[in-house]
Amino acid sequence: MQLSAKIAKFRELGLLGFIVVLSVFIQLRNPKFLTLENINDLLTNTAILSILAVGMMLVIVTRGIDLSIGATLALSGMIASMTVKAYPSIHPLLAILEGTLVGTVCGALLGVLVARGGVLPIIATLGMMNVYRGLTFMVSDGKWVSAHEMPDSFKGIATGSAFGINTLVLIAILIYVVMFYFVNYTRTGRQIYAVGSNPESAQISGISNARILWLVYTIMGGLAGLSGVLWVSKFASAQGDTAMGYEMSVIAACVLGGVSIAGGSGKISGVILGSILLGILNNALPLIDVSPFWQTAIQGSIILVAVIVNVLVKRGVDRNHLLRRSI
Amino acid sequence: MMEQRVILSRRPFSWKRFFLQWEWMLVILFFLVQALNSLLSPYYLDADNLRDATMTFLDKAFIVLPMVLVMILGDIDISVASTVALSSVVMADLYTMGVPMPVAMVIALLVGSLCGFINGLLIVKFKELSSVIVTLSTMIIYRGIAYMILEDQAAGKFPEWFSFLGWGYVGGVPFILIVFAVFAVAFTLLLHRTTFGRYVYAMGNNMTASRFSGVQVDKIRIIVFTLTGLFAAVTALFLTSRMGSTRPNVATGYELDVIAMVVLGGISTSGGRGRMIGAILAVFLVGYLRYGLGLVNVPAQLMLVIIGLLLVFAVLMPKLRPGAGKSGRSV
Repeated sequence: MQLSAKIAKFRELGLLGFIVVLSVFIQLRNPKFLTLENINDLLTNTAILSILAVGMMLVIVTRGIDLSIGATLALSGMIASMTVKAYPSIHPLLAILEGTLVGTVCGALLGVLVARGGVLPIIATLGMMNVYRGLTFMVSDGKWVSAHEMPDSFKGIATGSAFGINTLVLIAILIYVVMFYFVNYTRTGRQIYAVGSNPESAQISGISNARILWLVYTIMGGLAGLSGVLWVSKFASAQGDTAMGYEMSVIAACVLGGVSIAGGSGKISGVILGSILLGILNNALPLIDVSPFWQTAIQGSIILVAVIVNVLVKRGVDRNHLLRRSI
Repeated sequence: MMEQRVILSRRPFSWKRFFLQWEWMLVILFFLVQALNSLLSPYYLDADNLRDATMTFLDKAFIVLPMVLVMILGDIDISVASTVALSSVVMADLYTMGVPMPVAMVIALLVGSLCGFINGLLIVKFKELSSVIVTLSTMIIYRGIAYMILEDQAAGKFPEWFSFLGWGYVGGVPFILIVFAVFAVAFTLLLHRTTFGRYVYAMGNNMTASRFSGVQVDKIRIIVFTLTGLFAAVTALFLTSRMGSTRPNVATGYELDVIAMVVLGGISTSGGRGRMIGAILAVFLVGYLRYGLGLVNVPAQLMLVIIGLLLVFAVLMPKLRPGAGKSGRSV
């Protein structure tokens, strides 16, 4: 068997190995890296990224892309934090619910454009990204909601913990479990992959492509809305430019995790590892004295290298299949 | 007896079809915007004002021209704003290091072309990847390199004559308007009157068939993306000249504006359809709309919303028309 085919088979294992090697390297450079405190910090920071990445995986599996999630996140976070500012006694769960609802509506709207309107995902999400970003500034009138205006119960969403694990991490784990079941063991979940790997045959076999497309953008929007509340609670500040450009990190986590941009393939386990790898890089680059101004370029290069490696691996697998057939 | 059928090389002229073109819609919208603007502000409708307004929006219009080719190919390039930033930052950095300004400007153009060339090369070498994901990653990389060079600094203090690009007049006409007019004519001829232009349409309609018909598809795709990079650098020159200094975060969001104008100009997002004149009309339509709304102090955030909605509706519009399909195309 060829090397590339082997890589494809043990892709997650390889990614895990890479994470271990990277961690050891960083640990040698800076012993503060593998402390319990830093690991906890890292996981908490990665939680929101990985929640979004799971949603993005569904979108990319259907051959789409969603550039609007940073803006959706900001809009939901802003509306939720303005609500708790106006009514400090509100239960934090209600704020979470409200943000998720706002995000779901944003995503559903986008879903209608893509699924019913037939607008290319890149165009639709680029347009709506600006609409949602503009709305964020407009509802807040350009002002921030800062830490002292938020009740402690709201900030407690992100700082609280249960069984010694941070709430954000718990929420992320809960979402993985639900999504793992959804994409692997439900009819609709499998249909998402069917639509992504071959839309024509999916349609012919009776799957409503439009419904599936609408669904994935709506789920993505809902997760972005939830993340918005978590984000605002974690950083204790809601601004007009919250999470600007964050969609790039999320897409990076997906492609690192082996989600194929061509659609049809992607695993929850891969996405989690991809998010953790990206989280480690974000966390460790400052620790090993890499200038923060280099991080953007490094992140971009990682995305590019990851998608190219994915292509090369895929080519190797295809060649391998051909070889096997010729014997 | 065999029936003689003559197949005309082009369709017979019809007034109905002539007036049913999307470009007329743009012309009507253009005058609607002018009417709206003059209603909103009494200072708007004035020859000097209308002329000077072009200086405020034409900088990004240079990217629109090659972007039409990119989108007719069925591709997209969202890295253009980052290319603008990188070219601008390289030029300013070289100049502050003591390189003569004309040399710095030429290098900026080369940097832009190189960015575009890399995009094209990656897209051609890795055909499995869509232009979306390639230019998405180079968008981050180019912007990142701009940050690596200037960090959070601004660079400027250009020679006096450099401001002529963005602010100067030749015979009472803004210099930028003249340059844009020249390039607009050149690109219209390139797309509609040359073999190269026909190949671009052919590739946008069917890449595989074009390849098998002997069109050098890879070469043409690389040329088109390189042109886009080059013209992003041209935009960088004019933009930097107008602002007088530059930062790594210049031109953020330009890709949206440019793509919105191209799509509004009637260029199909699935490739193969659209004309240069439509995009040029859209440049002035969106430009004057922005300018007029700016005069009455419409906040920039609302402008974001308007441009975003404009983009989405421009794409939706042809799909909402009854009987819309490939048969109604105008090449």
